[in-house]
Amino acid sequence: MDASAPAVPPVLLDVSGVTLQYKTPRHLVTATYRVDFSVHQGDRYIILGPSGCGKSTLLKAVGGFMPPVEGSIRIRGKEITAPGPDRMMVFQEFEQLMPWKTVYQNVLFPMKVTRKFSRAETARRAEAAIEKVKLTKFRDVYPHMLSGGMKMRVAIARAMALEPDILLMDEPFAALDALTRRTMQQELLALWDQLHFTVLFVTHSIQEAILVGSRILVLSPHPGRVRAELDSSRLDFSNSDTPEFGAMSKRIHNLLFGEEHAHKEAAT
Amino acid sequence: MNAHPDIKQRPEFEQEPSDASAIGDVERPLSFSERIIQNETAQRLAILAVLLIVWELYARWLNNALLFPTFSETVRVFLHDIGNGVLIDRTFTSLRTLALGYGLGLALAALFTTFAVASGVGTRILSTFTAMFNPLPAIALLPLALIWFGLGTPSLVFVIVHSVLWAVALNTLSGFRSVPETLRMSGRNIGLKGARYVGLILMPAAFPSILAGLKIGWAFAWRTLVAAELVFGVSSRSGGIGWYIFEARNDLDTATVFSGLLTVILIGLFVESVIFRALETRTVNLWGMQR
Repeated sequence: MDASAPAVPPVLLDVSGVTLQYKTPRHLVTATYRVDFSVHQGDRYIILGPSGCGKSTLLKAVGGFMPPVEGSIRIRGKEITAPGPDRMMVFQEFEQLMPWKTVYQNVLFPMKVTRKFSRAETARRAEAAIEKVKLTKFRDVYPHMLSGGMKMRVAIARAMALEPDILLMDEPFAALDALTRRTMQQELLALWDQLHFTVLFVTHSIQEAILVGSRILVLSPHPGRVRAELDSSRLDFSNSDTPEFGAMSKRIHNLLFGEEHAHKEAAT
Repeated sequence: MNAHPDIKQRPEFEQEPSDASAIGDVERPLSFSERIIQNETAQRLAILAVLLIVWELYARWLNNALLFPTFSETVRVFLHDIGNGVLIDRTFTSLRTLALGYGLGLALAALFTTFAVASGVGTRILSTFTAMFNPLPAIALLPLALIWFGLGTPSLVFVIVHSVLWAVALNTLSGFRSVPETLRMSGRNIGLKGARYVGLILMPAAFPSILAGLKIGWAFAWRTLVAAELVFGVSSRSGGIGWYIFEARNDLDTATVFSGLLTVILIGLFVESVIFRALETRTVNLWGMQR
């Protein structure tokens, strides 16, 4: 990282030694154990891991919904203590939109609440964000009349319009059908090409990680520990059938599942 | 693939979509009769009409005005008492007390539930209170109310508040509890806290339950009021609709009793199918939270 000193943009989010635990009615679960990573400005940073490796919990902690047991999470050098509009979240579930507001009102709402922009600016930004995700025709429609993909577009537009420091996406396309998911991945990349925002993206799909991400943090299974950080900025839809892409996919696969096999052998 | 043996029996094919214009317009407006049959109001009116015809026929056949006056006689008395202002006066007396009790009950319920969502202890306190007091009939508290507040409006308001408060609080609290976690988080994400969080996220998200609570509370209040007025008898100057019914019974004027009951029913229907219905179509139906 340090070798190419002039090209590396500044660190935006710094996670160091973070251990996360949460309580269920019967257990104290350790979700991640001493995780370190840092996200630079303009990164499409992916957290990839098998289900139950604490990647969503990690994202929630960055969102400020959960304090770490040890370690620290800093954004622009400031410790994260509570949720805030500088870290807008896009969730996997569709009910993140407010059913009592139209598409336009939903996109407007966070800007109105936070009073980040002037009124005229707020309205203009909302219109622009809706146009960017191609929903202008559905501006005054309530969320229950939209398809899953459209709801997700609204959620993304809502988050982007506020222009947060970092966009946190928690498996945003996991609940979509395969065709819609692919379209959404392409659209997200197209948006990134325009705006170069910073995004922290959680997924359990290796393919999605390579396609969408520029850097991939691979976590080990339960509890989540850092296994690798890889660079995938050169791999996207245009070269998804090249040997290079396949090699990366295989490498991640081995990182994730090779270890599990080794564990099994050690146990027997 | 090409070597697949079935390909001869089941050849692959591609074709243009067939011409669908034969079916006419893909979307066409429903005809008048189709809409009438689907219309909820029309259906309700039809049910009502059948009921009234049965009433009229039965009463005529029975021919005993003391036990069961006819519909036409009831309507005559009803219109007569509206004409001379008695019924309107009685109704307004009742509605004024009702509005006071209902409003106060709602305000208290809002206060209680806001405390309840603020902390776990608050939730426990409210759920214990509702478990204790919700099953307690408001009428059973009337003797106590009479001792505390004497004859008159304050006693009535007290029992109405009791009947409204717990029903509304219970529904609102359960509504708040069933707000999806993702929606809560997206509210907190943009920094909403405290009263703004309750008002901008929880209240609208729980609105179907709150509305159900409002309806139940309204019905309880109206019931309690009429019953209390019947027990009460007169409160010196002006009695309400319950008193109107009670008076007529003393005079064995059954048609007037019926006209009083008709008034209660009509007001109930109006509030349910005009006020609450309008509220529903503008909110939960529009938002797709209720069908």
